[in-house]
Amino acid sequence: MTASFETRQSSMVRRMRRARARGEGRVGSIVILVLVTVAVLTPFVWVISLSFTPQTEAFGSVSLIPANPTLENYATAFIDADLARSLFNSAVVGVVTVATNCTFAVLAGYAFAMLPFPGNRALFYTLISTAAIPISVTLIPLFLMARGIPLVGGNDILGQGGSGLLDTLAGVILPYIVMPMNIFLARQFFSSAPLELGEAARMDGASELRIFAGVYLPLAKPLIAVVAIFSFTGVWDDFLWPLVVTSSQEVQTVQLALARFLGSGNVQYGPLMAGTVIATVPVLIVFLLNQRSFISGLSDGGVKG
Amino acid sequence: MTATLPPAGVTLTPAGAAPPAPSPARRRRRWSRTSVFGLVFVLPAAVYIIVFQLIPVIYGLVLSFTTYSPLSRSGPEFTGVDNYTDLLGDAEFGNALLVTGRYVLQVLPITVVIALALALLVNRPFKGVGLFRSALYVPHIVSLTAVSMVWLWMYSQTGLINEVFASIGLGPQSWLLDSDSALNAVSAMRIWKALGSNMVLLLAGLQSIPKDLYEAARVDGAGRWSTFRYVTLPGLRPMLVYVVAMDIIYLAQGFAEIYVLTQGGPLASTTTVNYLIYTEAFQYNQMGSASAMAFVLFALIVGFSVLAVRGVSGRQK
Repeated sequence: MTASFETRQSSMVRRMRRARARGEGRVGSIVILVLVTVAVLTPFVWVISLSFTPQTEAFGSVSLIPANPTLENYATAFIDADLARSLFNSAVVGVVTVATNCTFAVLAGYAFAMLPFPGNRALFYTLISTAAIPISVTLIPLFLMARGIPLVGGNDILGQGGSGLLDTLAGVILPYIVMPMNIFLARQFFSSAPLELGEAARMDGASELRIFAGVYLPLAKPLIAVVAIFSFTGVWDDFLWPLVVTSSQEVQTVQLALARFLGSGNVQYGPLMAGTVIATVPVLIVFLLNQRSFISGLSDGGVKG
Repeated sequence: MTATLPPAGVTLTPAGAAPPAPSPARRRRRWSRTSVFGLVFVLPAAVYIIVFQLIPVIYGLVLSFTTYSPLSRSGPEFTGVDNYTDLLGDAEFGNALLVTGRYVLQVLPITVVIALALALLVNRPFKGVGLFRSALYVPHIVSLTAVSMVWLWMYSQTGLINEVFASIGLGPQSWLLDSDSALNAVSAMRIWKALGSNMVLLLAGLQSIPKDLYEAARVDGAGRWSTFRYVTLPGLRPMLVYVVAMDIIYLAQGFAEIYVLTQGGPLASTTTVNYLIYTEAFQYNQMGSASAMAFVLFALIVGFSVLAVRGVSGRQK
């Protein structure tokens, strides 16, 4: 009797101890997570605060909540740094890139998955492998090719004499028209789509383009979202290519507009941080609305490995 | 930030999984009506990528055997392997290689280990876990340029880091202006920036490990460490390989953060190969030798990625 009571008690104690250990482990890990998350987000909180702090108070110790919040930094960023123009340029470049990728990359991925032709695998892997080429390898040739596109920017039919697509928005878009990664994502998506739908439509005499646009494309909304996000953020965030291909302020993208704040020597952090917030908000909104697509786009890429 | 991430495993295929085997209909190799359309549909994308991605590689390789300035009226002048042999004794290029190597080596292990720890922490189901996943992912969403601007302020005389130093009685440091600390400062920023995406990828890897393996380990009485060592790590390998390879490829091409934070200085202590290529080609107009540098970097990235992938994959081949 006593023995059984003791065992029951000790087993209870053990269970309680285990439960407490588990609970502590959980609390401990949540504390660590909170600390790391706070550390990761702290710079952003300060940047937002700084962007609302008047220039006159920006030196010396900055308080987290500005004593006299102001929009003057945003006004300076928009007017002095011509940020509106750069935002417009980035938006144009982004929209065109999304449109071309959602059309040509998705169409190609669809064909690789659904309409095989002799040599399609070799062609697919050749196209995809270009995604691994470092930007520095193609940077110089692309620059010279952009300069040498015939019949634009004062060039003759041989691409001589003018500046071609240099310092134009078309030049900024040039390397992004079809991103190989998007073809990969599209093929991946369509290779799990049912063949029967297309077969049935084909039986009814529908054209191939109609089968693509009318039957499969409506099913591919998640894919379109991923491709659109991938294309938009890719071109919105890029720095090196726009830096190389543009020279005048009128065609520069928003990331380059930020870099212009550095040129003056004495960096005005208030307007710079306001500009940074403005340049980031569009991508952040896209992220918050489409977190699912962001993450699956990122990790579908992982299948490549 | 109220929206949360989905449990990533739901939408993910484990890394390394082959796409579904093609059905017999898909394996047809003869030219039929549909296959002609297939080629037609692929054509615009294929022609574009061949012209603007593949041909530039060949063009670049040709340029690397020439001297060429875009300002001169004459075209590229063939000089054989001179650019490459010149690079062998080029102190600037050697320094840039060392800087790039150090940059990769000091960012990669730290970011992967912390990201793995975070992935393990957010892999448990508890209320609000999605919030942590999203919040930690934010630095990845913000462009490298914008993030560099943020850290430019953080490292400035009146920035957050010197504020913290002042509060514990230490004087302000010129983090980015001192050749001893500049590369470390840039590296710290990159570690912070890379955490989120690495964490999300590793989380996806963790969730692709079959649950019954953990069950079996528990039944066998395996402790936490041996479960991690013999179940989690082997299951995570494919994703770990991918994460390490991608990090090497990205980090070895560092440019925007250097341009914003240090312009390669002080005393070239942060001049990465990509930054040197940029200045060589677009400030000094030496496009031939810059192309040669680019191909050396390309070869090194491929080589080190393969080595790292072999290393992480362990003894299996």
